[in-house]
Amino acid sequence: MALVLTEEQSMLRDSARGLISDKAPVSHLRHLRDSKDPIGFSKEFWHSFAEMGFAGLLVPEEFGGSGLGYVEAGVVMEEIGRTLMPSPFLATSVVAASALNRGGNAGQKSEYLPKISNGSLLATLAVDEGAKHRPLQTGLQAVRAGNGFRLSGAKALVVDGHVADLLIVAARTAGSAGEREGLTLFLVSPAAKGVAIERTIMVDAHNAARIELANVEVDADSVLGEIDQGAALLDGVLDIGRGAVASEMVGLSEEVFNRTVEYLKSRKQFGKLIGEFQALQHRAAELYVDIEITRAAVMKALQALDTDVAKAASSVAVAKARAGTTATRAVQEGVQMHGGMGMTDQFDIGFFMKRARVCEELFGDANYHTEQLARARGY
Amino acid sequence: MTDSRASETETADLETFRSETRAWLEANCPPEMRKPATSDADVFWGGRNAKFSSEPQRIWFERMRDKGWTVPDWPKEYGGGGLSAAEHKVLRAEMGRIGARPPLSSFGIWMLGPALLKYGNDAQKKEHLPKIAGGLIRWCQGYSEPNAGSDLASLQTRAESDGDDFVITGSKIWTSYANYADWIFCLVRTDPAAKKHDGISFILFDMASKGVSTKPILLISGYSPFCETFFDNVRVPKSHVVGTVNRGWDVAKYLLQHERAMISGMGERGVGRPLGQIAADSVGTDALGRLDDSMLRGRIASFDVDEAALAACAERAVDLAKAGQAHPAFSSAMKYYGTELNKRRYEILMSAGGVDALEWESERSRQGARPRAWLRTKANSIEGGTTEVMLGIVAKRILDLPGA
Ligand SMILES: Cc1cc2nc3c(=O)[nH]c(=O)nc-3n(C[C@H](O)[C@H](O)[C@H](O)COP(=O)(O)OP(=O)(O)OC[C@H]3O[C@@H](n4cnc5c(N)ncnc54)[C@H](O)[C@@H]3O)c2cc1C
Ligand SMILES: Cc1cc2nc3c(=O)[nH]c(=O)nc-3n(C[C@H](O)[C@H](O)[C@H](O)COP(=O)(O)OP(=O)(O)OC[C@H]3O[C@@H](n4cnc5c(N)ncnc54)[C@H](O)[C@@H]3O)c2cc1C
Repeated sequence: MALVLTEEQSMLRDSARGLISDKAPVSHLRHLRDSKDPIGFSKEFWHSFAEMGFAGLLVPEEFGGSGLGYVEAGVVMEEIGRTLMPSPFLATSVVAASALNRGGNAGQKSEYLPKISNGSLLATLAVDEGAKHRPLQTGLQAVRAGNGFRLSGAKALVVDGHVADLLIVAARTAGSAGEREGLTLFLVSPAAKGVAIERTIMVDAHNAARIELANVEVDADSVLGEIDQGAALLDGVLDIGRGAVASEMVGLSEEVFNRTVEYLKSRKQFGKLIGEFQALQHRAAELYVDIEITRAAVMKALQALDTDVAKAASSVAVAKARAGTTATRAVQEGVQMHGGMGMTDQFDIGFFMKRARVCEELFGDANYHTEQLARARGY
Repeated sequence: MTDSRASETETADLETFRSETRAWLEANCPPEMRKPATSDADVFWGGRNAKFSSEPQRIWFERMRDKGWTVPDWPKEYGGGGLSAAEHKVLRAEMGRIGARPPLSSFGIWMLGPALLKYGNDAQKKEHLPKIAGGLIRWCQGYSEPNAGSDLASLQTRAESDGDDFVITGSKIWTSYANYADWIFCLVRTDPAAKKHDGISFILFDMASKGVSTKPILLISGYSPFCETFFDNVRVPKSHVVGTVNRGWDVAKYLLQHERAMISGMGERGVGRPLGQIAADSVGTDALGRLDDSMLRGRIASFDVDEAALAACAERAVDLAKAGQAHPAFSSAMKYYGTELNKRRYEILMSAGGVDALEWESERSRQGARPRAWLRTKANSIEGGTTEVMLGIVAKRILDLPGA
């Protein structure tokens, strides 16, 4: 597979870019933040997004979706990264849709996937519990009760958790924190008795929640995939999410970079354009190369996911690790090279810096993924 | 519709090519040639005085040469394999899969050949390309001078017109393997009055010509792979100019793109044992089987991330070129990153090797193979244009920054 977009993928990118840059530029996020919007994204825009087929992009055609792949999902995520649009696309259309499609039985798929495709159902994965992403440390307990389970524990950084109609909760049905065996995914209604949801507005003004489950009763049908053997399903779904977030970070990095280079070409000091100073030129050049290399690594990971999710782990680890260090560098250089302007809230650069920080933590930071690669290589 | 059907046939043909190539390589690549080269003696450079360092090296070279696969993507009429870009990529991947060494290394393949294919006339192509493909002539590169390094276009070696000949006088420096080379491709000033980029010609001549002499220079690695090269009234026919007289800078720059692409490849070297395992041999592991030096382990893992990402980028660069979407200056970006990465690799290897990696003259260290290789990598970010010059090119040509 060539590491360039096909004609169809380029067309998809153009239509996503057209729509997003027109309807949801950075000022859209700024407005949602400043008006303290109660849900933090535009429902209206989400529906037009769905009408254009984006919400069901990964959903098979038999369930009303477009049946496209992870490269295509990455194309859309990258455009989202350019304007920082808050949108249920990541949590619902990428992560939850993949979990249901890969792990769901016939009944679960036909119940939920068509609603994801038409934009009427929002869903999210609840996995993290501590300060850092450590999926195997999952400790939320699910104990057998009657013909179902009773769930107790807490989740953090649940993306869109405050608006989701369906929670996909990683829980421990056996074993203890740190073990692969004994993980199970459950479909939980946020309306179920014992579910408490607190919206946590994040540093980047995007949407997430903390969720507490206190003796929440679910029936046996709510198990997604196999009991005790959920780790493999979870790994795959997380890798898909990681590939998507890495794409968002590529879009974000490139946008910050373009804006910074434009600034270097317009700001004058010492009687010169600051872009004439070699100290800045070389740093800009290094950053450009970093972004290009990361873009290739991310594309490689998305193609690997399209080929076989189960064999994509190392490529995904490389991509997410690179995306983290690259985006961090891009936003830091972006602020620094804008001088005092970069520090102002009125200027957009700060929004990119904040979003990059959240993306870095989402589904594992650069350290986490670098560690995963070292383990995979046996040293 | 027709498009997608055409590409389906293409994919099927490519898969056939892949399985045939895999089978051929399995049958024809000697096991000894499936290990990374560890010293210069493991590399076959060709040339009039070439000697094979082993029988497997000879067999491998001859089999590949007979298929045209010393230069797989050159036209068949010049001794190449006539492969398409996609087939060439498959061949590289299949060679990489079994760790097959290049059968022939040469400046003719990496640098002069591509320049001749683009700028050479018919006679020059017919004369020189088959001898490069067949490993018969070894070339060296006469670009740098004592006062023209990064600022290459300020070069002063003179070529004065005398009837059908140019008469060349001056000196070059850092000429790699000039003392072993049969011919040189050389930049000379043919018009001293013109602006510095406009009076340069690109010319080819035999190193056995009267008036050519070389003096080896010792490197910090203790090896002496390059020379000072002197020209004292060397007579060269004007027909040996490649491209137009006084337009040699175009040829020189085009060749540099290929040179940089080649050097950048040093950063990604996927085959062989992972660096972390090599380090484990000397550093040891803890109870969990992890490298017993957590800081070094972290450095290696970060290196591995960057190396894998660079490999993806190199692959993408080829695909972009094939799709006609590549920026011509992108090889400078790759050259900068690849060489800096290779320096990182060797800093890690030295750190991992500890005291063992300090032995310079001993049996055990194979005469200091590792420290010598470490020192040699320091030149990667200098030769073929320095890191600073590469970053300047990216700033100017790709980012279009002012005054760069
Ligand atoms: C939080 C904060 C508090 C401040 N408080 C005060 C205050 O109390 N009083 C006050 O007077 N000022 C204050 N300042 C202003 C501060 O001193 C300026 O922001 C600073 O001097 C940089 O100038 P600039 O913002 O115009 O950036 P610019 O000068 O436009 O610089 C933009 C970028 O170009 C780079 N650059 C500029 N020239 C060169 C060069 N020759 N070579 C290489 N790179 C170059 C800079 O390093 C920077 O990265 C404050 C700024 C901030 C952010
Ligand atoms: C191992 C090796 C093999 C070589 N083989 C060959 C060969 O076969 N044929 C050949 O012709 N040449 C060869 N070279 C020469 C090589 O191309 C030059 O060394 C290189 O171009 C740098 O020139 P210089 O050594 O004169 O350094 P200089 O140009 O003097 O540079 C000194 C330092 O100044 C920096 N610098 C220079 N200009 C700028 C600028 N504008 N902005 C910022 N920094 C700058 C450089 O980056 C460098 O760090 C070889 C060199 C080495 C080390």
